[in-house]
Amino acid sequence: MSQHIRPFLKRISELTPDNSRVLDLGCGKGELLKTLRDRRSINGYGVDIDVKNVKECIRNGISVYQGNIVEALTEFQDQVFDTVILSHTLQEIYEPKKVLNEMLRVGKKAIVTFPNFGHWRIRLNLVLSGHSPRTKTLPYEWHNTPNIRVITIKDFRRLCKESGIFIEIEEPYFRSKWIRTILPKWTYNLFSTKGLFVLKK
Amino acid sequence: MTEKTQFFTGFEGEQKLQLESGQLLGPITQAYDTWGTLNAQKDNAILVCHALSGDSDAAGWWPTVIGPGKAIDTEKYYIVCPNALGGCKGSTGPSSINPETNQPYGTDFPVITVADMVHAQRALMDELEIPKWKMVTGGSMGGMQALEWVALYPDLVQSCAPVAATGQVSPQSIAFDAIGRTAIVTDPAFNNGHYYGSEGPHKGLATARMIGHVTYLSEQSIDDKFGRKLQEKTEYGYHFDTDFQIESYLKYQGDKFVDRFDANSYLYLTKAISYFDLPKKYGTMDTAFESSKARFLVIAITTDWLYTPEQSKAVVKSLMHLNKDVTYVEIDSHYGHDSFLIENEDLSDSIRLFLENV
Repeated sequence: MSQHIRPFLKRISELTPDNSRVLDLGCGKGELLKTLRDRRSINGYGVDIDVKNVKECIRNGISVYQGNIVEALTEFQDQVFDTVILSHTLQEIYEPKKVLNEMLRVGKKAIVTFPNFGHWRIRLNLVLSGHSPRTKTLPYEWHNTPNIRVITIKDFRRLCKESGIFIEIEEPYFRSKWIRTILPKWTYNLFSTKGLFVLKK
Repeated sequence: MTEKTQFFTGFEGEQKLQLESGQLLGPITQAYDTWGTLNAQKDNAILVCHALSGDSDAAGWWPTVIGPGKAIDTEKYYIVCPNALGGCKGSTGPSSINPETNQPYGTDFPVITVADMVHAQRALMDELEIPKWKMVTGGSMGGMQALEWVALYPDLVQSCAPVAATGQVSPQSIAFDAIGRTAIVTDPAFNNGHYYGSEGPHKGLATARMIGHVTYLSEQSIDDKFGRKLQEKTEYGYHFDTDFQIESYLKYQGDKFVDRFDANSYLYLTKAISYFDLPKKYGTMDTAFESSKARFLVIAITTDWLYTPEQSKAVVKSLMHLNKDVTYVEIDSHYGHDSFLIENEDLSDSIRLFLENV
């Protein structure tokens, strides 16, 4: 299982009702949907652009659309999914605002996770070394990264506000597990390596 | 046809098949081949439908997909492939004897549609005592039959896998088929379709095949295989005989085709393809698939410009819109429409893995 899914899996699983219908955008090999199906008996649907991933989805018995996320989203009718997941894919998307709005059109609820470029280590790295950020979660060089969007938790909150999207749950990620924290929210952007948001309209 | 090809004749006596055109046709013989055995639960039957120039020997024309241990495993499944109605490989078509005249039908044969082929196959299904198809699949015109099966008999199809097909044949492909048909009917030897017993419109049919063949290739595959290379010469001939390798290749394909295909069947089958339009027939694409309970695997080829990925996606999008269980795979191959007949791991893997989960 991809290293970025594992820490979220437990939490996403908790946030997903049994027997619900789930759409996973950028679903990779379908591991998340397979786990949700096995644990929560969900009816899952995936979207991924890579045929190798698509074949693994088929192997896992997950129905999947090979292609572009926006293209796939526009084909679904309003509110046909209970949950639409965009896990660590937002930073690779050209039209994030459109995708978020479409997610909440086709789904009752959206779960979005992304690497937080506002983390103190990334900020410090840039200030001290003068190089574009590279960390364990963001290992690419600036010229070969698929991550075309540099998102911070603070920026994402603002995008939601501008788009009229309601943040139902926001959780930071410290030291490899999700914790509910008593720390004030402004610290998340500095200390959390990843963001998890549950969104509604 | 193979040595083990079997024949089933139905729609006899008063039980003729009412065709989509309103005309009646009967009796209808279907040549078919089978592989494997129908299990006790009778739930492992797969219908494979062939393309325009194919026949019932599915393991022969689709060896990359069908066979022991292959994606459609002849050791696991009971596979049935009939020659399409209107064809010339053992099933009733324009070259068959018209029982009313004891002469070949020729162009007295009624115009048939993809749905008519499917209705005939439905009778074969009963004959073989198959309660439900685990999968209906096929490439090109075979994929059209697979889609029509789901539209006509939603309860009898557990899964549907059209490959390099479309739910609505485009005006561009109608155009190419129309040119092919014109080549046949304007051949002086055509004799209004009643040419049996004489040589027949071989030139017209060969030309039709040449045009068809171009639509099965891609710009890149023609480039890669032939380029502008000359045929057994180093300089242009400054005449109208064959200069280029691609010319020579097409001529060879055309000439080879007349030995194994009937010109009238070419007319009838391409006409059936031209008429294939699910949105027209059912009102919308959605209406065609509305009652289906099947799982779908829709496969398109990136370089297929005859039945394009966009056309496959129109089917997929309709199914997504209807909240049906559909998987869409786009095979990256540069061989054009014909890619579905060429060894391709992504194609065979997709079918194999999909079938394992049906």
